[in-house]
Amino acid sequence: MELVENPSQVPLLSLLIFAPLCAAVAVLLLRRERAVRWWALGFTLAEALAALGLLFKFDPSVAGFQLVERARWIPWLGASYALGVDGVSLWLVLLTVGLLPLCVLCSWRQIQHRVKEFMVCLLVLESALIGVFCALDAILFFVFWEAVLIPMSLVIGVWGGARRVYAAIKFFVYTMAGSLFLLGAVIALYQYARTFSIPELMQQKYGLAFQVWIFLALAIAFGVKVPMFPLHTWLPAAHVEAPTAGSVLLASVLLKMGTYGFVRFCLSVTADAARLFAPWMVGLSVIAILYGGLVALAQTDLKRLVAYSSIGHMGFATLGIFVLNRSGLDGALLVMLSHGITTGALFIAVGVVYERLHTRELAHVAGLGKSMPMFTMLLGVFALASLAFPGTNNFVGEFLVLAGTFAWAREWAGPGWTMLVLLTIPGLVVAAAYNLRMLQKVAFGSASNPNHSGVRDLGLRELVTLLPLCALVVWIGLNPGPFMRAWHASVEWLIQRF
Amino acid sequence: MVNAIAFLPELVLSVGALALFGLALSNADVRRARLVAACTAAGVFLCTVATLWHRAILFHGAYSVDQFSQLIKLIIALGYLAVVLISGELPDVRPELKPEYFLFVTLSVAGLVALVSAVELITIVVCLELVSLPLYALVAMRRERAGWRGQMEAAIKYVVFGTTATGLTLFGISCLYGLTGSTALAELVQRLPPLMHSPVAVVGLGLAVAGLFYKLAAFPFHFWTPDVYQGGPNQTAALIASLPKIGAVAVLVRFAGLAGPGNGHLVLVLSVFAVCSMLYGNLIALVQRDLKRLFGFSAIAHAGYALIGLAVLGQEGYTAALFHVISYAVMVLACFAVICRVAREGENLNLEDLAGLWQRAPLLGATLLVGVFGLAGVPPLAGFMGKLLLLKSALAQGYLVLFFTALVNTVIAIYYYLQIIREAFFREPGARPLIELDTPTRLLCTALMAVTILLGIAPGWLLDQLSACTKIALLSVGGNGL
Repeated sequence: MELVENPSQVPLLSLLIFAPLCAAVAVLLLRRERAVRWWALGFTLAEALAALGLLFKFDPSVAGFQLVERARWIPWLGASYALGVDGVSLWLVLLTVGLLPLCVLCSWRQIQHRVKEFMVCLLVLESALIGVFCALDAILFFVFWEAVLIPMSLVIGVWGGARRVYAAIKFFVYTMAGSLFLLGAVIALYQYARTFSIPELMQQKYGLAFQVWIFLALAIAFGVKVPMFPLHTWLPAAHVEAPTAGSVLLASVLLKMGTYGFVRFCLSVTADAARLFAPWMVGLSVIAILYGGLVALAQTDLKRLVAYSSIGHMGFATLGIFVLNRSGLDGALLVMLSHGITTGALFIAVGVVYERLHTRELAHVAGLGKSMPMFTMLLGVFALASLAFPGTNNFVGEFLVLAGTFAWAREWAGPGWTMLVLLTIPGLVVAAAYNLRMLQKVAFGSASNPNHSGVRDLGLRELVTLLPLCALVVWIGLNPGPFMRAWHASVEWLIQRF
Repeated sequence: MVNAIAFLPELVLSVGALALFGLALSNADVRRARLVAACTAAGVFLCTVATLWHRAILFHGAYSVDQFSQLIKLIIALGYLAVVLISGELPDVRPELKPEYFLFVTLSVAGLVALVSAVELITIVVCLELVSLPLYALVAMRRERAGWRGQMEAAIKYVVFGTTATGLTLFGISCLYGLTGSTALAELVQRLPPLMHSPVAVVGLGLAVAGLFYKLAAFPFHFWTPDVYQGGPNQTAALIASLPKIGAVAVLVRFAGLAGPGNGHLVLVLSVFAVCSMLYGNLIALVQRDLKRLFGFSAIAHAGYALIGLAVLGQEGYTAALFHVISYAVMVLACFAVICRVAREGENLNLEDLAGLWQRAPLLGATLLVGVFGLAGVPPLAGFMGKLLLLKSALAQGYLVLFFTALVNTVIAIYYYLQIIREAFFREPGARPLIELDTPTRLLCTALMAVTILLGIAPGWLLDQLSACTKIALLSVGGNGL
């Protein structure tokens, strides 16, 4: 695996990571709320534009890490400062920076007190999230990984809903407990390989017994974050209680940290153990798909419904990862990207409804189609995308995952596994059911709808927030090629071991 | 003359203490006393910087001025300045005793500064007593309230346990002297390792460090901690919680050279103490409501983490332990700075009293956030780096029990640290008043936050220094514990 140094003088990745921190300090100096909002919006937009530069500098034909930056960090410890992106992380970085302006926009009206501190939290969060996806040193990775926790739990605990304190504490304890397994695994890997450098760890050969322990520790750490069944119980509370921007970042980016970890560490560092445990992970993923869908079907709270649907979608992502073949992994990466877009959009849509009606109960928000036609149309697009309707982004991803899964079942040739894998099909049906139920209720409702005649349709700000996501849904759905080309070589490299 | 310069920090402290003594006789204003103490701290700091590269053996080999001692003195001088700034106007100390308060703080720090240079057992005991005696008085100086004399109870406990620990230390030293015929570390280190198979040597060495364990609040010498924290004034608790621990670990590192590498008995004893400290401290802390008591139990747990580094019996572990205890002192000072400012009248705080702190005083809120998450070991703060180093050194030696106990304890500890965050950030302040801060407090809080973050993201310089220093400390006692 080759490492391509950053050819230009500008350390682009470092800039992307540390600019939000500087912007956060600048926010502290601003006095007026209006100025804070515009500054945050302006900065995140500028950051997103700067990140587009990655696309031009990125060479899709290289399997290894690109734009690599290196510096001394803590030589005594053996940790160094190393950043880089490959095909797997490129789109996650872009997803993060792309969603941040939308997060600022969707909190424009919702966050009314302590705006400055809220924006500081968002910016620090942005910085840590980009860092997670770019870090090429295990200690650096862990530092960014954990640094996400503090601002995120503050966002939930300070600006969240009624049960925010409970949700924030649960989120923090759960994920921190999970990530200590990651810390243990990283230190153990160092003792074996005498390095914290991720590319070197990926190329090292380890004994199977050692790999098994490392894999189990990593699987718990990442499984909590994804979250995989049965480690998902923090998710509904955190997603529901967080303010809209928090839910969007949680669902769209924080959950991807887990799947990213699986791809980055489990598939390459502990490849043999991954092969050993793949059936179990596939089983858990299938359970997650069914379970998330069925529970979502039973929800009457709009936000809880979207939150549980995340468990199902992330089940597809982990399913694609652990079938260990090309189309599965291709699909998983596309599902990760698509889920970031559609679920983010759905949470923003739920926030739009909540701002107007101050309730998220399906019965109370029923029949909005009449007074909010534009909103209903967009919600329709996102709901269809969420149920993987052909022509939308999720369809391509989930189709590839299923294709990969059936190929895996055929190779393993066990009738039991085939039966298990077939269970994903009812999972798809359930996804269609809960999404269509939600759409039907919100758009048309029943014979006795509450009176929504005074409710405004989407304003300009909300349209600007939702339309880019809608465009991406259709664009990826109809033409996924350019998106997938970026990770082609990296996926090829990862898969060659299996 | 060279030797006098090497002794400059101690001389400055003595002069400062004398000046404070004069002030105490003249019944001076608390502010003037504080100013003198702050100037003394600054003077000690500057003198330590000036003598950072001096090497000298003073007082017939009992006192070693080397890179190790000077670096630790530098850190203690900074901590002393922070403690003086935290003290503020001493709202909870009896009015007529306020100048004496700073006198005793200065004397205690003088003891610590001498302690880190002491390389002879009797000198170490004398220095330890010089640290302890003023602290006993500082605990008892709290103002009396109607029907509450907790400070006296705390002081008595502190004295009784302290004297017991000193007695054990002296007993241990007598064993060592009886075996080797010397009390100088440099000679002990040559004569003791061949004798380490004998039970008397192990018991003697174990008991000799009892006084240090007592200062560190490590199991089984931890019983005084929560009561003294709770009973003493907040400012005294801040001092007791931070600086003596740095001194204790520094001397323990010098002692560790005596054991030599791969001493199974000693590793076992230290490991048991470490595990007990961590579990006991963290589990009991879970149910505390009194903030200082909570930090008391957290101190016991952190002493356990530090013992991991010592149990490794290697230079990597010692460096990790020193780094950990220094970063612990910074973070705990940050927390106590907040406690002292929130408790206007110097009263004891319950968790509820922090409610909505970040709205009442954003800077205090931020300081508490950094301090508490630092103690919990969340990156990118100093506490994480310390734990990472300790865990790494434990696993490098294959001490899986220590490794996993420390990991499990980190998880347990998160819960009670989050209780503090919950009160300070997620609760509404209600009718609690806003808190105005003066400039020294602002500077102090900002500095403590900055250091906590800096030690978390860029510990390289300090680690290099500490690792070079521990090497020198082990060599200066002639040790081969590398």
